[in-house]
Amino acid sequence: MSTTYDIAIGSEGPALEVRDLSVFYGETKAVDSVSLSVPERGVVALIGPSGCGKTTLLRCFNRMNDLIKAARVDGAVEFGGVDLYDASVDPVEVRRRIGMVFQKPNPFPKSIYDNVAFGPRINGFQGDLDALVEESLRQAALWDEVSDRLGDSAYALSGGQQQRLCIARTLAVKPQIVLMDEPASALDPIATQRIEELIYELKKQYTIVIVTHNMQQAARISDYTAFLYMGKLIEYGPTDAIFTNPREERTEAYVTGRFG
Amino acid sequence: MAPDLTYKRSRNVPEQVIGGVLFLCAAASTLVTLGVVAVLLRETIAFFGEVTVVEFVTGTRWEPMFQEKHFGVLPLLAGSVQVAACAAVIALPVGLLTAIFLSEYAGPRVQGILKPLLEILAGIPTVVYGYFALTFVTPLLRTVFPSTDVFNAASASVVVGIMIIPTVASLSEDALRAVPQALREGAYGLGATKLEVSTRVVVPAALSGIIASFILAISRAIGETMAVVIAAGNLPNLTLNPLESIQTMTAYIVQASLGDTPQGTIVYRTLFAVGMTLFLITLAMNILSQWVLARFREEYQ
Repeated sequence: MSTTYDIAIGSEGPALEVRDLSVFYGETKAVDSVSLSVPERGVVALIGPSGCGKTTLLRCFNRMNDLIKAARVDGAVEFGGVDLYDASVDPVEVRRRIGMVFQKPNPFPKSIYDNVAFGPRINGFQGDLDALVEESLRQAALWDEVSDRLGDSAYALSGGQQQRLCIARTLAVKPQIVLMDEPASALDPIATQRIEELIYELKKQYTIVIVTHNMQQAARISDYTAFLYMGKLIEYGPTDAIFTNPREERTEAYVTGRFG
Repeated sequence: MAPDLTYKRSRNVPEQVIGGVLFLCAAASTLVTLGVVAVLLRETIAFFGEVTVVEFVTGTRWEPMFQEKHFGVLPLLAGSVQVAACAAVIALPVGLLTAIFLSEYAGPRVQGILKPLLEILAGIPTVVYGYFALTFVTPLLRTVFPSTDVFNAASASVVVGIMIIPTVASLSEDALRAVPQALREGAYGLGATKLEVSTRVVVPAALSGIIASFILAISRAIGETMAVVIAAGNLPNLTLNPLESIQTMTAYIVQASLGDTPQGTIVYRTLFAVGMTLFLITLAMNILSQWVLARFREEYQ
């Protein structure tokens, strides 16, 4: 079964066009024939119960599943008209343009400055690195808290600050799309709120795809929501519609908290 | 009726016996160590009753068995340091690169072949390495540098270097593997290549363990005996030329122990003075490696 949900796409066209995507881990099918469009400059939330394949799907969008030996991907993910899974595509180039923020903050054991400068440095950035680091930290709403101690270890920061540092690190590479895998699940409510506010700011400039366990969070921050269940895309549409007027019974059952 | 909460003899006696046996086992190795150090100390102190510390540490001639005796340890120390340094030049880069390959690049099948091979390398008796140096490495050196002595430091250094590669490789690999996958993924997510992930994230994050493996390997090279006795010659010779014969501290101890050295003589006591020097060097290296590990260890989250 493969259903494509049409959503209103702006004049810029979709940021990502997923066509009939399946992912296998050995014999297990983790994602089953998913097709969807991710619009430019907006937030798409992937929701669903544990093990429904939402993280696996997210990791397909920047070829992160390549790092898992047993994973095999079928189908296509088009980015600017190019299939990311075409044999000629270098996953390193993909990840420079489609960044990722992970579930647990994973700063490098380096200084705050070097964490943010890491991406630009490996990508051969020529220009004012100090200015880029400052700009990225400001975008991630962390600058005011760290501007006087950029040389300190990133591990000296709190969990919420570390996660914003990881967001700054991702933004410093100037990606077009930012993928976020439950970025607030390891954080306390106040740190979570700051991340949500940050996402709200970032969507003006970036396309964001976020996996979340937290349905209130999806409702608060996303423009479109995709509900996955057992590897299948059950329903995809504007967030309002998914939460107030779902077409599928399983979607309604999940968003009203009857399972999951 | 009150519950019976008293000690039960049938369970308590074995408990105490076991505790005592375990304590004795733990005490035995400690006591042996203390005993060895005590003997070393006693003879070393006796040695320094006859030879000044200044002569021992600064003298450039080591001739304890000649008519006119000289007790300068520098030629032996220089021999040991030279062999260890040349061995390190070979083993540290090769060992570290092997570790990076095993941890970051090799698939399970290649690992399955390479790791047992490294263990075999570690299991070859050092006397075999010695003959390998003498019968294979030295002739090779002599075709390249015809002036090479039959017994020379370079040939011993090469085999000691090969000998300590497994130490560097396996300890460094453990350190690299301990770096959380999340750090690698973070770097890949920023568009890093495998080489960039390995050299800019994984190796720096594992640096304390890598340096500790280096120090332990060098310490092993300094303590290595059999290969240098066979291949390096037994000539206390203060030189920087690796193609000449030299003698290391360990090789001198072998030579002096095999000869007729009556107990209580000054030659007998040199054994302990040199042994003490060796002991202090390796002890210092081990403490240094512990300190590096503790001081620079990254607490991953």
